Amino acid sequence: MKYALLLYGDESRWAAATEAEIEELSAAHGRFTDMLTARGAYLGGEELDLSTTAVTVRTAGGRTLHTDGPYAETAEHLGGFYLVEARDLDEAIEFATACPEEIVEIRPVVEYQG
Amino acid sequence: MTAVEQAYRRHWARLLALLTAELRDLDLAEESLQDAFAAAVAAWPPEPGNPPAWLLTTARRRALDRLRRDAVAARKLPLLVVDDLPDPSAIPDERLRMIFTCCHPALSMDARVALTLRCAGGLTTREIARLFLVSETTMAARITRAKKKIAQAGIPYRIPAGPELAERCDGVLAVVYLVFTEGYAATGGDRLIRAELAAEAIALGRMLRELLPADPEADGLLALMLLHHARRDARLGPSGELVRLPDQDRSRWHRDEVGEAISLLEAVRPGGTGGFPGPYLLQAAIAAEHAVAERAEDTDWPAIARLYGSLEEVTGSAVVRLNRAVAVAEADGAEAGLELLDGLDGAMGHHHLLHATRAELLRRLGRDRQALDAYGRALEAVGTDPERAFLLSRREELSAR
Repeated sequence: MKYALLLYGDESRWAAATEAEIEELSAAHGRFTDMLTARGAYLGGEELDLSTTAVTVRTAGGRTLHTDGPYAETAEHLGGFYLVEARDLDEAIEFATACPEEIVEIRPVVEYQG
Repeated sequence: MTAVEQAYRRHWARLLALLTAELRDLDLAEESLQDAFAAAVAAWPPEPGNPPAWLLTTARRRALDRLRRDAVAARKLPLLVVDDLPDPSAIPDERLRMIFTCCHPALSMDARVALTLRCAGGLTTREIARLFLVSETTMAARITRAKKKIAQAGIPYRIPAGPELAERCDGVLAVVYLVFTEGYAATGGDRLIRAELAAEAIALGRMLRELLPADPEADGLLALMLLHHARRDARLGPSGELVRLPDQDRSRWHRDEVGEAISLLEAVRPGGTGGFPGPYLLQAAIAAEHAVAERAEDTDWPAIARLYGSLEEVTGSAVVRLNRAVAVAEADGAEAGLELLDGLDGAMGHHHLLHATRAELLRRLGRDRQALDAYGRALEAVGTDPERAFLLSRREELSAR
C-alpha cells in the first residue's frame, strides 16, 4: 500500500537552527531515504520552504481569493513529506518512527484500480 | 438455549476470525457468517454432526454467492493484509489475529472496544449499544467506520512479532479491562454496576488467557476481574446505594469466583517466572488480600500498602497513589495517608475520589471543617447518582455532629 508521511514541526526552531544542526538533520534524512530505498519503499519526498512563503488560493462562489500564508495557522507547520510503499500500516508506522522528525502524520494514499 | 444459540456462543468468534483470514474482508466474513447462522435457524434440528464445520461450509458458500453477485460492482475497499492463509481443511484458531486487529492502536479507544465486543465477543450491535447506553444507529456507525478504517489504512490482520508484541499485548488487555471497569464502576447513568458488561469482559479475559498463555498479565487481568466481580451483589444496598468494602456482607461474595482467581494467582506466583509482576498481577494480589479476609478487620493492610507501593513504582499513576494513601491510612494512621495525598491535586483535582478520600481522612482526624470543605469539592465533581447520594449522606452525618 502507498502511504504519505507528512512531516510537521515548529518553524521557529528550524529558523533558529545552527549550520551544524541543519547539516545533521539533513544527513539524518539522507540516511532515512537510504533505508527506505534499500527496502524498496521509497517513492518520493520533498522538503517544503517555510510557511511564510506560502500562498493560499480559495475559490468559492466563482470568486478567487488569494491569501498570504498557509491554509491552517497552527503552531506546527507542514514542512515536508515522503511517499512510501509499505506492506501495511504497521510497516508505515515503523517508517514514521524511524523518520528524523518529531511529528509524522501517516495518510494512506487512495489507489484507484482500473 | 437452542442449538443455534449455543453454537453462536461457542463458535462465532472462531469462525469469524477464520473466515476473515480466508476472505480478507471483515465485512464480507461477518455478513456471510450471519447468513450461515440464519440458515441454521431454519435448518436445525436435526443438528448436523459437526455444527461448526456445517456453519463454516455454509458461510463460505454464502460468501461465494455474495462475491459473484457483487463482481460487477467495483470493490470499494481494499482487501485486508493477511500474511499466510490457514489450512482450510481444519478450523484453525485465528481469534488472536482478530483481537490484535480490533485492538490496533491506530483505532480510537471507542472503536477498539466496540469491535472487540462485536468480532471477538460475538455481541450484536444492538447489545453493544445497550451496554454503552448509546443508540443502535450510533453504535452501528461506529463499528462500520472502524471496519472501514482497518481496510483503508491497511491495519494488518496479524499477530505482531518481536519487541512490538509485548506492547500490543498490553493494549489488548487494556481494552478488555476498560470494558470491565465501565461495567464495574459505570461513569454515567443511574446504575453503579452493569454486571452484564463486566461478565462480557470476563469472557474476553478467559479467551485472552487461553490465547496468550505466555503472558502472566493475562492471568492477572482475569483474576483481577473475577475478584472484583465476585463482590457485585454486596456492593449495592437495597435502594441501589454504594456499600463500602468494610461494610459489605461478605457472605454475599461469590466464593467460587474468588477461589478461581486465587488459584490463578497461585499458579503464576510461586517461583516467579523472573521479572517483576506487572500491574494486573499486582492489582489482583491486592484484591485477593481483601477477598481472603474473613472480616474487614482481618484485612492485612500493611501487605496491601506494600503492594500499592510496588504498583505505584510500576505505573507512576496518581490513582494508584490515592489508593496507596488509603491503605497506608489503615496501616499507619490517617495522618500518614493524608500526607500521601499531597501533590495529587494537579493530576486528580477534577476527580471526586481524591476529595472524598481527603474528606474521609480529615473526618477521622477530627478536622471537621476541612472535611466538610472536601466533601463539597467531591460533590462538585461526582458523576453517578448513587455515589452522589453516598457523599451527601456522609456530609450530613458530619455536619450533624
